[in-house]
Amino acid sequence: MAASRHVLDYPRFLGRLLWMSTDGSWRFYVWMTALTAICLVGANAWARQLVDGMALTGMSDHVSWGLYVANFTFGVGLAAGAVMMVIPAYLYHDHEMHDVTLVGELLAVAAIALSLLFIVVDMGHPERAWHLIPGVGRFNWPVSMLTWDVVVLNGYLLLNLHVCGYLLYMRFLGQKPRKRWYLPFVFLSIFWAVSIHSVTAFLYSGLGGRPFWNSALLAPRFIASAFITGPAFVILLLQVIRRFTGLPIGEGPGRTLTSVMRVTVLLNLFMLGSEVFTAFYTGGAHAAPVQYLFFGLHGHHALVPWIWTAVACNVGSAVLLHLPASRRHVTVLNVACVLAFVGVWIEKGMGLIIPGFVPSTLHELVEYVPTLTEWKITAGIWAFGLMLLTVAVKVALPVLSGQLASHGAHEPVQRPPDVARQSAA
Amino acid sequence: MNDVTRRTALKGAGATLGAAAFAHALAPLTEWTEDLSLDAFLQRHYKELTPSDMKAVLWRLQMDAKREYGRDVTIQDLPPQEGVGFGYALNLSICIGCRKCVEACHQENNHDRRTGNSYIRVLEMEQGSLDMERGNADYDHAVPAPGKYYLPVQCQQCDNAPCVKVCPVQATWKEQDGVVVVDYNWCIGCRYCEAACPYHARRFNWSKPEVPADEINPDQGYLSNRIRPQGVVEKCTFCLHRTRAGRLPACLEACPTGARVFGNLLDPKSPIRWVLENKRVFVLKEELGTRPRFFYFFDK
Ligand code: SF4
Ligand code: SF4
Repeated sequence: MAASRHVLDYPRFLGRLLWMSTDGSWRFYVWMTALTAICLVGANAWARQLVDGMALTGMSDHVSWGLYVANFTFGVGLAAGAVMMVIPAYLYHDHEMHDVTLVGELLAVAAIALSLLFIVVDMGHPERAWHLIPGVGRFNWPVSMLTWDVVVLNGYLLLNLHVCGYLLYMRFLGQKPRKRWYLPFVFLSIFWAVSIHSVTAFLYSGLGGRPFWNSALLAPRFIASAFITGPAFVILLLQVIRRFTGLPIGEGPGRTLTSVMRVTVLLNLFMLGSEVFTAFYTGGAHAAPVQYLFFGLHGHHALVPWIWTAVACNVGSAVLLHLPASRRHVTVLNVACVLAFVGVWIEKGMGLIIPGFVPSTLHELVEYVPTLTEWKITAGIWAFGLMLLTVAVKVALPVLSGQLASHGAHEPVQRPPDVARQSAA
Repeated sequence: MNDVTRRTALKGAGATLGAAAFAHALAPLTEWTEDLSLDAFLQRHYKELTPSDMKAVLWRLQMDAKREYGRDVTIQDLPPQEGVGFGYALNLSICIGCRKCVEACHQENNHDRRTGNSYIRVLEMEQGSLDMERGNADYDHAVPAPGKYYLPVQCQQCDNAPCVKVCPVQATWKEQDGVVVVDYNWCIGCRYCEAACPYHARRFNWSKPEVPADEINPDQGYLSNRIRPQGVVEKCTFCLHRTRAGRLPACLEACPTGARVFGNLLDPKSPIRWVLENKRVFVLKEELGTRPRFFYFFDK
């Protein structure tokens, strides 16, 4: 029977991919070794933090979330943005995009894994994570926005794992994927991508006591910036893939993604401007965090250089993307992508989380500066995410291009006799 | 073939090396797991503990206190009394900002000595303004200072508490008598409640609290002043280990001016009811809809 055959073949297929992932050129080994080293440093720092407590971070009762939650938020945006490439591919039948949607989905998987890790390292008691399991623990659903986030993030992870796994497996078997096994999931993942980032925004905007977050514009701003980082990263990634795997990827997808970014960088700047206007024109309690963020408040200005760097990056990328040169010279485009990525990382990271806490709810000004421990753990998690992505892309693409198939390229699979016997039994 | 076996051997060596390196990097974890007993790990939520479970838990916690802090303590789990709903009121006209309440809270509740923690913060405010932005919590001059008044802030035991709403694991909830509590053995330490509270009323244990054995208050409650574990949040509980036994909160007893009034809101003859009915009373940040059980009033 077909189903029982897959039960055996699919794990084998995954095993083979895993084995394959450990083969590579010396460049690959250098890259992976470097990432592993950074991971180790991060793991060690985290272990120390668990033993000695979160006092090793720069956080305090006034600023109770910091670098970890900032990176979590950014990671969710990256994951959401990565899947947006599905829209041109499936909604507008852009066929060239089909191959690269897979890259986007793999990126989404890595980004979600990264986000979840950032939550784990931010917990005072990660071993109690089982309290979050519905039925076993006490899941405060639907009241707590954090439980919504747990649901949508894990659901999104599964959704993308399914689509990637199914498409690759079918390629591997040399069979044509059946639409009903992936198309509905692909469309669902578009809605889901919006939901993960909206729910993450609601996490903050639902808090009435924090004027900086308590804005209806937060969710739309999150979505807009997701549409920047996702495409920016994929544009860069596609070039790396083309260079190192020799896989023929056309110019089309890059062009489509660049056009998406041309719109979203402006949209993002516009919404930022709207928020700044509302804060400063009205003044009062709403203005204090914005004042702190952009200009400093009563002699405290830890975030000022950060946010202006972000503004410069965002404006810079917007200008570059709209110069004709960005169409002709790939370097210009690449610089624009890097600027956009860094700009949003600051703006939707530290620039979003910290002013929520400064000034505090009793209007005290306590600043936050991440410690070395936090930077180590953060770097470790990013390195881990990059490792995941590298391995995923490295094994997925040969399958996709037909270089790796079960029995020669694109031939119908023949069942080995032992499998046939087992499944008959 | 030869090449393949060599590759495999190299991979094996690499994997061994990597595994060893990870084990080394995570070595501090052994120290961490030593402190973590299986009973503590598997302990159910407060509301799911049977009386005999609770007995065992309290016993274990008392043993822990003895081992880690070198002090015999009594930890109890007093239930809320029938027909009692606590309320607190504070007379801003006579509060002089001496922070005796802050200190009393610190000692009563076995707060970390290194950080000098307390559930109460006193803001020095500008006469004629309720704008906290013009307040200052870090004053250190003689009080009361001219032109100022003092606004002590602690957990407002909100009836519509944002902290309770946001907690993903129901580690914090409102008790029958109106006190918002935390199960320190259930909290996962995400600090979402800390971000949600509009009154800066929650504290996180960033490290293991330090309290010298002879300064420990041995009269403790499971849901209140027992020494908290590292990595969980805590908050003011109106001293429920005292108030549920008919005593008054430590901050009230310490107040030299009698600015504090505490009692049963459900009892028409209680002093707190008299204040609510005869004074002009207000609550902080009323516009947020948190419905505090902590009231402020001025004489006159
Ligand atoms: S004051 Fe803060 S901690 Fe206390 S009940 Fe209200 S929201 Fe919760
Ligand atoms: S820190 Fe603890 S009490 Fe607060 S929201 Fe998280 S789990 Fe709940």
